[in-house]
Amino acid sequence: MREEWKDFQDGEWTKGINVRNFIQNNYKDYDGDDSFLTCPTEKTKRVLARYEELIIEEGKRHVLDIDTVHMSGINSFEAGYISEDDDVIVGLQTDAPLKRMVNPYGGIRMVYDELKAYNYKLDPDVDKYFNEFRKTHNQGVFDAYTKDIRKARHVGLLTGLPDAYGRGRIIGDYRRIALYGVDYLMEQKKNEWENGYQLDGNMTEELIRIREEISMQYRALEEMKKMAFKYGFDISRPARNAKEAIQWTYFGYLASVKENNGAAMSLGRVDAFFDIYIERDLERGLFTEKEIQEMIDQFVIKLRLVRHLRTPDYDELFTGDPTWVTCSIGGINNSGHSMVTKTSYRIVNTLRNLNPSPEPNMTILWSELLPDNFKNFCASISIDTDAVQYENDDLMRPIYGDDYAIACCVSAMRIGKDMQFFGARCNLAKALLYSINGGVDEMKNDLVIPGFEKMTGKYLDYEKVKDSYFQMLEKVAKIYSDAMNIIHYMHDKYAYEAGQMALHDTDVHRYMAYGVAGLSVVADSLSAIKYAKVKPIRNEDGIAVDFEIEGDFPKYGNDDDRVDEIAKEVLDKFHSELSKHATYRNAEVTMSVLTITSNVVYGGKTGSTPDGRKAGVPFAPGANPMHGRDNSGAIASLNSVAKLEYEKCCKDGISNTFSIVPKSLGKTKEEQIDNLVSLLDGYFSQKAHHLNVNVLDRETLVDAMNHPEKYPLLTIRVSGYAVRFNSLTRKQQEEVISRTFHEKM
Amino acid sequence: MMKGSIDSVESFGLVDGPGIRTVIFLTGCKLRCKYCHNPETWIKRKDNIDTETLLKKIRRFKPYFRNGKGGVTFSGGEPLLQPDFLIEMCDLLKRENIHVALDTAGVGIGKYEEILKNVDLVILDIKHVNSDGYKDLTGANMNDAFEFLRVADKMNKKFWLRQVIVPGIMDNDQYITRLNSFIKKNFTVSNIEKIEFLPFHTLGKEKYEKMGIPYPLGDLEDMDEKKCEELYKKFMNIYNE
Repeated sequence: MREEWKDFQDGEWTKGINVRNFIQNNYKDYDGDDSFLTCPTEKTKRVLARYEELIIEEGKRHVLDIDTVHMSGINSFEAGYISEDDDVIVGLQTDAPLKRMVNPYGGIRMVYDELKAYNYKLDPDVDKYFNEFRKTHNQGVFDAYTKDIRKARHVGLLTGLPDAYGRGRIIGDYRRIALYGVDYLMEQKKNEWENGYQLDGNMTEELIRIREEISMQYRALEEMKKMAFKYGFDISRPARNAKEAIQWTYFGYLASVKENNGAAMSLGRVDAFFDIYIERDLERGLFTEKEIQEMIDQFVIKLRLVRHLRTPDYDELFTGDPTWVTCSIGGINNSGHSMVTKTSYRIVNTLRNLNPSPEPNMTILWSELLPDNFKNFCASISIDTDAVQYENDDLMRPIYGDDYAIACCVSAMRIGKDMQFFGARCNLAKALLYSINGGVDEMKNDLVIPGFEKMTGKYLDYEKVKDSYFQMLEKVAKIYSDAMNIIHYMHDKYAYEAGQMALHDTDVHRYMAYGVAGLSVVADSLSAIKYAKVKPIRNEDGIAVDFEIEGDFPKYGNDDDRVDEIAKEVLDKFHSELSKHATYRNAEVTMSVLTITSNVVYGGKTGSTPDGRKAGVPFAPGANPMHGRDNSGAIASLNSVAKLEYEKCCKDGISNTFSIVPKSLGKTKEEQIDNLVSLLDGYFSQKAHHLNVNVLDRETLVDAMNHPEKYPLLTIRVSGYAVRFNSLTRKQQEEVISRTFHEKM
Repeated sequence: MMKGSIDSVESFGLVDGPGIRTVIFLTGCKLRCKYCHNPETWIKRKDNIDTETLLKKIRRFKPYFRNGKGGVTFSGGEPLLQPDFLIEMCDLLKRENIHVALDTAGVGIGKYEEILKNVDLVILDIKHVNSDGYKDLTGANMNDAFEFLRVADKMNKKFWLRQVIVPGIMDNDQYITRLNSFIKKNFTVSNIEKIEFLPFHTLGKEKYEKMGIPYPLGDLEDMDEKKCEELYKKFMNIYNE
C-alpha cells in the first residue's frame, strides 16, 4: 500500500479506481448527538466577516467584478484568496473573491448580453478570436435546430434549454483526486487510450469521439495539477491527511467551476469520505476537533463564493445566483448500515457556525433507518434555517446503490459512473391549451403544432380533450427529443467538460434528463373538464382565452384519487412518448417534475387554463399542488404528491416544497422536531421522492418583502434549492407568499 | 356498522395530542362557550359517514403515526354526544394499534366507560373552576361534566388538561390559585401528563359573522401570549409545590 494510505483497510480500491469500496471498507458510522460540535475559530470568524462584507457589496451592485481578459478554464487564472493569512482551505474561481469569469464556449452572443448588463466590454482580442476563429456551442445548436424547435422555444413551450450556456448537472468524482492523486488518474486514462479503446473494431464515429475525449480529459488533469501548484500544492500524489483530502477534493471541484458554467454544479457526497481521513488524523493526534471544524467551515465558505456570469433573462428564470453546489449527506449503505458520520454533522453544522445560506445546497439522504439523533439534528437545523432539503434514500438506494449523489435539486447519479444531459423542461399546461386551440399559441397567436382542430362547442368534452392532449404530447415529445439530441451533440462538440469527465469512468452511463412544468395545472384542468362543466371563452379567432367553470371538481393535493390518477397518467404518457425516440449516445430517458423558480416565468407565458387559473398567474412549483387548492391539510397534500411514480417515469426527481407555520408544527422546539421527523418518515415511507421544508410564517415573508433590510439573511427553500429571500424578484416573492402555508387554527 | 355526523377531518393536527394527529370534528355540542371558535359544530347534523369509510380515510394518514406518537383525536363539537359511533370507531382504531385521544369538555350523554375503554388520552377543557363562572362561560351546569370526570379518573385515564385564558377572567393570581386546588381535588395528579394554558384569541370571530350569530365576547382583545406564558410559569410553580 502507498504511504499515504497507511492505517486504511485494504480492498478493491487499492487495485483500481473504486472510491465506494474505500468508503465501505473504512468509514465509521456515528449515532451519537451533536454535543461534540464546536464553534467557529477566530480565523474562520475573520474570513466569514470578510465574506459577508463582500456579499453585502455584491448585493448592492449584483456583480462585484468581471475578468474580461482571461476566459474560463481550469488554469486560466492566478491564485486568489479571501485572506491569504486566514484561508485554511484555498482556491477561488478567479484571482479575487466574487470576481466572475467569462465563459464564451457556450455562446458568444450570451457573453455580450451578460457584459452589457453590467457595463463591461470584452477584451478586443478575445472578441476577435471568438467571432472569427472559434465556433461556440450556441452557434452549433442553431446550425442544426429545426423550424419546429425554434417555434417551440420562441413561444415558451420549451424553456430554459441549455443551448447558450453550460448544461451542468454533471458531478465529477472529486474525491478521486484526494484518494489517488492526479498522476494515477492520468495513468489510468492513458492506459485506456492506449489499450482499452483500441483499433480492433471499426473506427466508428463513437470510438473516435471517445478517443478524443480521453485525450482532452488527460490534458484537463494536467491543468488541474498546474492550477493547484499556483496555490503551492502538489496534487499529483494522494492526500496524506484530512486537510489535504479536503483541499484536494476542493481543487477538483474548483477545476470544474473554473472550466464550466453549468446551471447546477454540484459537489457530490463527501461526508463519509472526509470522515475517514478525519478519524485517522484525530486518532493520530494530528488535528483537534476545533481544527477539523475550521477546515469544514472554510471549505463551505469557499463553496458559497462560486458564481457565474448570467444575463438578466437567466436571472429571472433562476433567481438569486444559484449554483446548486448540492452536497448529499447521510444515507444508508447497501447492507442497511447508517452512513452518517461525525462529518455529516460537521457539514450541516456550518449552517449554525456560518449563518444560514442557500449554498451549498444541503441535501439529506433520508432513510427510515437513519439514527434518531441525526434525524432530530437535521429537523432542528431545518426549523432554524429553512436551508435543508430531504430526498428519499430508501427509494433511490435500490436503483443507484450507496455511492450516488444529487445533482442540482433532485437528480440522482452514481458518482463517477453516471452523467446526464440536462434538458430543462416542457410546459405541459401550454401543451394542453394547444390541444384545445388547434396547436395555436394562446398568447402569441402563432400556429406552433399543426394538424389539430380547434375545439368547438359550448362545453369542453373530457374524452375529446384528453384524446387531443395525448396526441399533442406525442408531437411535443418528438420536438423536445430532437432539441435535446442536437443540444447535447453540440455541447459535447464545442463545450466538452473535460475536467469533470476526467473524474468519471470512461465508460460512463448517460441519462437524457427531460423535465416538465405545470403538472398541477394540467391535472386540475382535466379534472375540471371531467367532473365540472368548463365553458371556453373564445376570441374572434376561435382561441380559448379564458374558461368559465360551473360546479366543483376534485383538485390535486387533497389525496383524491379521481384527480391524482390524472396527474399520474399524464406523466406516464409523456414519459413513454419521450422514450420512443432515439437518444444521442444512447442515453437513458428520464424525466423530472421540477421548476426551480421558473414556475413564475412559465406561468407568465401561459394563457388562462381550464382549472380557473388566469393568464399570467404563476404555476405551482415542481410537483406541488396549485397554491391554496390543497386545503385538506398538509398530510393529504403530501399524500397526493407521494403518488407520483418515481421509478416508473420520473427517475430524475419529483420536487415538492412544503411550508408550515412554526406554531402549527408544535408548541415547543422538541415537539416541532419530533413532528417534523414523523412527517418526513411518513411521507418517504410512501415512496415519495423529495421534500423542501420551510418552517415560517407568511407574515414574516410579507414583512421581509416590505422591509428587506430587516432580514438580510432570511433563507427559504423554493423548488429544489434555497435562496436568500431578498434576492427574489417582487413577483417571485409574491408567488412564494401566495403558496399554501399549512397551519391549523 | 354505525353512522355518525362529522364536520370535517384535519389530517395534520399537531397540537391535539402527541405527534401528528388526524383530528375528527364531530358535530353537536350542548355547551355554548363564549370563546368557542368552532360554532359551526354546535348543532348536530344528519349522519354523513360510517365507521368503515372513516377508518379507510384514517388509514391514509397512518404512515405519519410514529412510535406510538401520532394517532387519531376525536374533537368537535362534543364527541361524547355520539357515543355509539365513537365506541365503534375507537374499537376499530385499537384493533389497528392506533393511538386514540378524546378532546372533550366531558359533557355527554353517558356510556362513558364503554367509550373510554379504547381511549388512550383524554384532553379535557376545564372551562372554569367555579360553578357560577362555568355557567356564565358555557351556559351549562358544571356538575354535568363531573360524571365523565369520575369515570375517567377511576379508569386511570391519562389526561391533558387545558385552560383557556380569557383576559379579565382568568389572567389573575386568584384564578390560577383556585385552578390548582380544583385540579388537585378532582384529578389523580399522576394521571395528568400535561397542563396547557391557551391564550384566548379572536380567530373564530369571522365564523360567527358568516353564520349571523352575534359574537359573545364583543370587542374583547386577544390574550397577550407573553403574559399568558408568564402566568403559566407562575401556575406551574404553585402546582409543583
